[in-house]
Amino acid sequence: MAYHSGYGAHGSKHRTRAAPDSPPLFDDTSGGYSSQPGGYLAPGADVAFSVNHLLGDPMANMAMAYGSSIASQGKDIVHKELHRFVSVNKLKYFFAVDTAYVAKKLGLLVFPYTHQNWKMQYSHDVPLPPRKDLNAPDLYIPTMAFITYVLLAGTALGIQKRFSPEVLGLCASTALVWMLMEVLALLLGLYLATVRSELSTFHLLAYSGYKYVGMILSVITGLLFGSDGYYVALAWTSSALMYFIVRSLRTAALGPDSMGGPAPQQRLQLYLTLGAAAFQPLIIYWLTFHLVR
Amino acid sequence: MAFTLYSLLQAALLCVNAIAVLHEERFLKNIGWGTDQGIGGFGEEPGIKSQLMNLVRSVRTVMRVPLIIVNSITIVLLLLFG
Repeated sequence: MAYHSGYGAHGSKHRTRAAPDSPPLFDDTSGGYSSQPGGYLAPGADVAFSVNHLLGDPMANMAMAYGSSIASQGKDIVHKELHRFVSVNKLKYFFAVDTAYVAKKLGLLVFPYTHQNWKMQYSHDVPLPPRKDLNAPDLYIPTMAFITYVLLAGTALGIQKRFSPEVLGLCASTALVWMLMEVLALLLGLYLATVRSELSTFHLLAYSGYKYVGMILSVITGLLFGSDGYYVALAWTSSALMYFIVRSLRTAALGPDSMGGPAPQQRLQLYLTLGAAAFQPLIIYWLTFHLVR
Repeated sequence: MAFTLYSLLQAALLCVNAIAVLHEERFLKNIGWGTDQGIGGFGEEPGIKSQLMNLVRSVRTVMRVPLIIVNSITIVLLLLFG
């Protein structure tokens, strides 16, 4: 009896409307509520009532019904919260790639000088996914390149006999932090210059993640051909990446209808693009020179 | 420079604290960055300075309460774990 009164007090604390604490009234109303499955009560009241049902034997299947309804409610809440922060559909757009796109994009990153048309294609004002448009940014290449870079850094440090497992984590988090800082700086620059463009955060993440491809090539060349090969590959990939970034950001920042905006705004956009491009070789050098000695 | 994510969090916390301690009346007005001095009519695009002032004011308004909480947690953690 004391048990029930304890749960009675608990249930009355969770219930959304005022009710006295006496146990018989609590049992009666719980019997009344059990006939409405998947009800409109607050989840706390559901938990209190279902715990009480577990204590009472004949209502065990009702408790299971409550449990499943609570689980589905919880899943809906989690989905809603997740969709508030990360729009999964927009993320899926960046991973819609195929092998031909990846091959051509990698070739473009290494040799962008002969590419003619840098404009992104749209269909009914919606940008085409990377499968159909070579100029569309994607997040698959940066992700894979980042992971490859971390593994390659581990290999290079192992060749120099400076490897330990903590170094891998440190290298990964360092590279990640630099990328985050670059994306934040770009976002701040775009906000201050009031550039109204299609560039979302994921676009900037994609464009700043393309430098990992250059880093991997530089490190591999440095490992194969020594320090001279590293500097040659560094110079080549840096200039290719700078050209790529400048061309891509110029056309992406203007948007589908290229009006251009007033003159000082265009100048600010130009400075921003050039600054982003000039930052790339510095960060490539910074993150790789300790791997190739 | 080897960063961990924790050092990034610490740096971000310190930067937001630095923006939050800029007092409106005593300091920002004296250097001409007060928020009632920057509204230059409803022209097309605001300049960099008014964007920056808007940003400072929004950061100060939005982050006031969360900063109290996060600072307290950081102080307790640093005292406990060094």
